[in-house]
Amino acid sequence: MSPGVHYLDHAATTPMVPVAIEAMAQHLRDVGNPSSLHASGRNARRVVEESRETIAQALNCRPGEVVFTSGGTEADNLALKGVHWARHAADPRRTRILTTAVEHHAVLDPLVWLAETGAAEVELLPVDSTGRLEVGALAAAIERDPASVSLVSVMWANNEVGTLQPVEDAVALAGTHGIPVHTDAVQAVGAVPVDFAASGVDALTLTGHKVGGPYGVGALLVGREVEVTALVHGGGQERDIRSGTIDPPAIAGFATAVELAVKQQAEHAARVGELRADLVRRVIQAVPDAHLHGGAPDPLGVHRLPGNAHLGFPGCEGDSLLMLLDARGIECSTGSACSAGVPQPSHVLLAMGCDDDQARHSLRFSLGHTSTQADVDAVVEAIGPVVERARAARM
Amino acid sequence: MSGGVDSAVAAARAHEAGHDVTGVHLALSRNPASYRSGARGCCTIEDANDARRAADVIGIPFYVWDLSERFHEDVVEDFMDEYAAGRTPNPCLRCNERIKFAAVLDRAVGLGFDAVATGHYARLRTGADGLVQMHRAVDQGKDQSYVLGVLDQTQLRHSLFPLGGSTKAEVRAEAASRGLLVADKPDSHDICFVADGDNAGWLREKLGDRAPNHGGPILDESTGEELGRHDGTYAFTIGQRKGLRIGRPAPDGKPRFVLDIEPVSGTVLVGSRDRLAVGGLTAIQPRWCGAAPSLLAGPAVTVQLRAHGDEHRAEVRVDDGTVEVELLDPAYGIAPGQAVVVYDGTRVVGSATISVTRRSG
Repeated sequence: MSPGVHYLDHAATTPMVPVAIEAMAQHLRDVGNPSSLHASGRNARRVVEESRETIAQALNCRPGEVVFTSGGTEADNLALKGVHWARHAADPRRTRILTTAVEHHAVLDPLVWLAETGAAEVELLPVDSTGRLEVGALAAAIERDPASVSLVSVMWANNEVGTLQPVEDAVALAGTHGIPVHTDAVQAVGAVPVDFAASGVDALTLTGHKVGGPYGVGALLVGREVEVTALVHGGGQERDIRSGTIDPPAIAGFATAVELAVKQQAEHAARVGELRADLVRRVIQAVPDAHLHGGAPDPLGVHRLPGNAHLGFPGCEGDSLLMLLDARGIECSTGSACSAGVPQPSHVLLAMGCDDDQARHSLRFSLGHTSTQADVDAVVEAIGPVVERARAARM
Repeated sequence: MSGGVDSAVAAARAHEAGHDVTGVHLALSRNPASYRSGARGCCTIEDANDARRAADVIGIPFYVWDLSERFHEDVVEDFMDEYAAGRTPNPCLRCNERIKFAAVLDRAVGLGFDAVATGHYARLRTGADGLVQMHRAVDQGKDQSYVLGVLDQTQLRHSLFPLGGSTKAEVRAEAASRGLLVADKPDSHDICFVADGDNAGWLREKLGDRAPNHGGPILDESTGEELGRHDGTYAFTIGQRKGLRIGRPAPDGKPRFVLDIEPVSGTVLVGSRDRLAVGGLTAIQPRWCGAAPSLLAGPAVTVQLRAHGDEHRAEVRVDDGTVEVELLDPAYGIAPGQAVVVYDGTRVVGSATISVTRRSG
């Protein structure tokens, strides 16, 4: 990170931890395709398999349940399309996919595509004003016609407002009908306890660059008995679910990062939870009508991610705030997806009941493993004048 | 920063001159998904990317500002309304007047900026009276002072046109030497929100029921004879020659031009070129770059009636909000709705919207 820059956008991505860089660098000079049968190939394969075991141990799944991909988006696509196609092929009555209205675009967009191409009917289930899935709505949607439900996808933690979702309730409801449950846990790993086996989910997405590992690598944890139709066909790697030459250095970096993140999770959560509490308290002090979106903040991350602070600043436009803070070296996010580079109002906030204006006047600050008190202090010092200016610039 | 070579070089020059520059690309289309593919000099995702890359090379921050709603209201709707009313608008003037040097400038000033710089070819200098003056650019072929003629003194005080003293060729060469990949990018010519330059087709689709008519007669202005039918008056502009579906040539063999458009009756009147000659016009809603004049006369006084059009010597009288222009050099095919921009030598005095033309032919 550049000196003088206060980076508070860890939810977007976070710096690689030194041990992950080392692990990756260590293998960049190796040669050997993990699919080759000779010694060099076997050595490369060994790096991959050890990484697989490391991740399995950290997240409490079996090594055979770890499928490496190019990242979280690919893993989500693989889970949603792959599981749905298999479920539908096994029983054509299975046409409905149930998910929340606050999923990341890596989940929503594949589902929208499936719906638009007539492959599935997708139901977006409502959330309450904290952004948490209404479990009753999920129950009703399933009970209406359980045999028609192909799969359920509920994220572990929301990337914008940090709210933790009732994944265990979803598993309980879906489980009684044998409906598989997928969860996008990219924001959750390393921030809150994530235990694949204990959760009962059938598929779980995680990615390297959110946990201090490299870009370009992620994994889908998927039960061995879950049928998944491949998206990418080829050499048959990763249980034939995801073909393509495996990337040993990236995977080594990924596994090292996951291991460290999980190991330090409790301590990390407490540390950033306190920083976050300080940030929220003092920002609201500086801008009294600012308010927090999402679940109640708590250092243990029972209700929301410990490092997430999504704040609304009435009378401002989020992108003005972002620009003004950026000019002062404070980096955060408006938390909305970009369409053609133009920020759109957050679908998460809209689903939580905010109107268009409220959806546009928000900023997401997210703390991470490199965040310090100085970062919080910088935001607190700048936010008052910045909000004043942004209000003046309102068109 | 449109993604074109002019705004890229303008940004580079401003940055090099020591200004604290931030590059902004304007997203003006309401439906980003409808951006045409490819780069056309402005507006598409590829253009936004070209602008971004230019900002990278120059080393300045870069953002995309969404002004699509304002643009639609202030420029696109106005364009439709004017054509529906039988007039010929110039949306680029409207955009400068209401978006680039208004909405954008207002937001910029609100955020703490001092000025908006663009790649327009025009020159600014401060007169002896302390007022900012705008003059034609050095490159007469590229001069864009006409489309900037709508700016008032406040706007001019907050503007910067780094390219006014250069030719297009110089600007392209400079872009290349600065390592800007857009050095060879072709200029955009059409109206930015009309794909493929098919104004008539666009209007047909967008106006729908709002079109004042969906067809009517094409009449010979002198004889009143019906020469053909058209599909909508909004597809025509005064002085137009192409697109007239008249089966047979005129008795004198000369080409016919649109002389007048009557949206209410749905009539298009045509005649020979000499009938197009305009000797005077009345214009309204003037905007003055500096002090409002009352009378402008003399050999240096000219008016320009279309972008990249000729200069016509003229005498200009201003009374209240009305501008009376007597053309000493006649003009051909001038349509209400167009802008008359008044010059005193190379200095832009101001502009107004033509409401009535007086034909001299």
